[in-house]
Amino acid sequence: MLQEHGSFDVERIRKDFPILKRTVSGGKPLVYLDNAATTQKPLAVIDAIHDYYTNYNSNIHRAVHQLAEEATLAFENSREKVAKFVNARSTEEIIFTRNATEAINLVAYSWGRANIKKDDRILISEIEHHSNIVPWQILTSEKGAQLDYIGVDDSGYLKMHEYEKYLAGGKAKLVSVSHMSNVLGTIIPVHEIVKMSHEKGIPVLIDGAQSVPHMKVDVQKMDCDFMAFSAHKMLGPTGVGVLYVKKELLEKMPPFMGGGDMIKEVHKYETRYNDLPYKFEGGTPNIADVIGYGAAIDYLNNLGMDKVREHEIDLTKYALDTISGVKGITLYGPPDPQDRGGVVSFNIGDIHPHDLATIMNDHGVAIRSGHHCAQVLMERLDVAATSRASFYIYNTKEEIDTFIGALHEARRLFKI
Amino acid sequence: MSDDIYREIILDHYRNPRNKGKLPGADVSIHDSNPLCGDEIDIHLKVDEDKIKDVKFEGRGCAISQASASMLTEMVMGKPLTSIRDLSKDDILENIGLTSLGPARIKCALLSLKVLKLGMVKYYSDRDPDSARKLQDDSKGL
Repeated sequence: MLQEHGSFDVERIRKDFPILKRTVSGGKPLVYLDNAATTQKPLAVIDAIHDYYTNYNSNIHRAVHQLAEEATLAFENSREKVAKFVNARSTEEIIFTRNATEAINLVAYSWGRANIKKDDRILISEIEHHSNIVPWQILTSEKGAQLDYIGVDDSGYLKMHEYEKYLAGGKAKLVSVSHMSNVLGTIIPVHEIVKMSHEKGIPVLIDGAQSVPHMKVDVQKMDCDFMAFSAHKMLGPTGVGVLYVKKELLEKMPPFMGGGDMIKEVHKYETRYNDLPYKFEGGTPNIADVIGYGAAIDYLNNLGMDKVREHEIDLTKYALDTISGVKGITLYGPPDPQDRGGVVSFNIGDIHPHDLATIMNDHGVAIRSGHHCAQVLMERLDVAATSRASFYIYNTKEEIDTFIGALHEARRLFKI
Repeated sequence: MSDDIYREIILDHYRNPRNKGKLPGADVSIHDSNPLCGDEIDIHLKVDEDKIKDVKFEGRGCAISQASASMLTEMVMGKPLTSIRDLSKDDILENIGLTSLGPARIKCALLSLKVLKLGMVKYYSDRDPDSARKLQDDSKGL
């Protein structure tokens, strides 16, 4: 099939993903539409991990033998790639964690404990994933501080007048918001949000778990102070997250986890901590998967993030156009594909999302159903759960047709 | 597969649940949920001379969990407590006609039995600690 976007050849891309060749549910081709949960991995990533364990497995940063040198180089190369990918000023600003959740927790435990005091406010929003809610609940309850939620309107946009009001209240000490909703797909006006916050001298954490994999994200242009994202949602392995922190802030932050690798000298009763970013990476890191992540970034760079975004807008537009004609459909999130990521959340009639996902699975279609770790948003939408189809570089319009066909089958079974 | 699950009777109990609602003056009320799916079930029991005199459920969730709860209330209404104590998961799956559910969905079908057993644990805890212990163990396997 001819693709509409020049060099973006989906059929060629699909060949790089071994898992897309398999069948499920008794011989059905796999239609993988659960990319907001995790993406599939190209052979280049699998090979990079295999190569590390086969040829140069070693711990990093300390030993002087050749294997350790090779492993350290490959590990630090990945850091370099991550820094360039989001346009950080230097690799000192890139900390590897286990996942985006740990990255946000690092900020809460390190920066938060040092800076948040009684009666301070932390501003988050109703679209947040649990990973950007619970760490702040823990911190605010420990400190006697308070959480404020920027509301979301019926089309899935943030209520900016509420944000303005909370900032004007004068008690906010941190803003922490998701760049792209994992349920609604909403892309928030991040530049405006950062600018307004900085006018009051308040730092901003951006949860980039859903945005960094799908669009060009530039931390310098955005001017955010912290950004969290994770490798496994962008073709990389599980077990690797990233925290970007502006160097000025990072220099003043106390360590998160104490242990090996984060120190320069340890004496009986005192320790001199290591330089940035190592001060925040206690213990042996996930070396193999960080190296695999480097290969994932190379893969995305070869495609070009602007092309990735274009492809997803194209798929999202097609999905929204076709699904909106299905009887009984309720769609959530912004109607304009330009304002959202490749995520389509919906309900159909009185079919519970888990029943729908079971029927979809019969057709080989993998979608997500449930609260998507966003129960605050579910309450706001007044639903117990939604179904969610989410796209990535290897998805096609034919797959969306299969998905729509399975929706009609669900309607037939439930007599809607 | 889905044709076998979403049969007329399941959809009927999902859309027209039996014994659904509150039960004023209940002897036991108990709530549990399935954190994976978010299915929720409350069961209320009135007990009379070691028999279930009345039972109601409240809940929200998928067709399997809600139909299963509705069918369970019909199954236990008026029955002696001892027979409920001995109910197994196979009894439930046979009763609702879903014997081939995968591991992800079987929890939906068994949530109401789990809640019922936990309710009985509460009822038995002072009266019959041995039965309470057995029921507690049973509910862990559901």
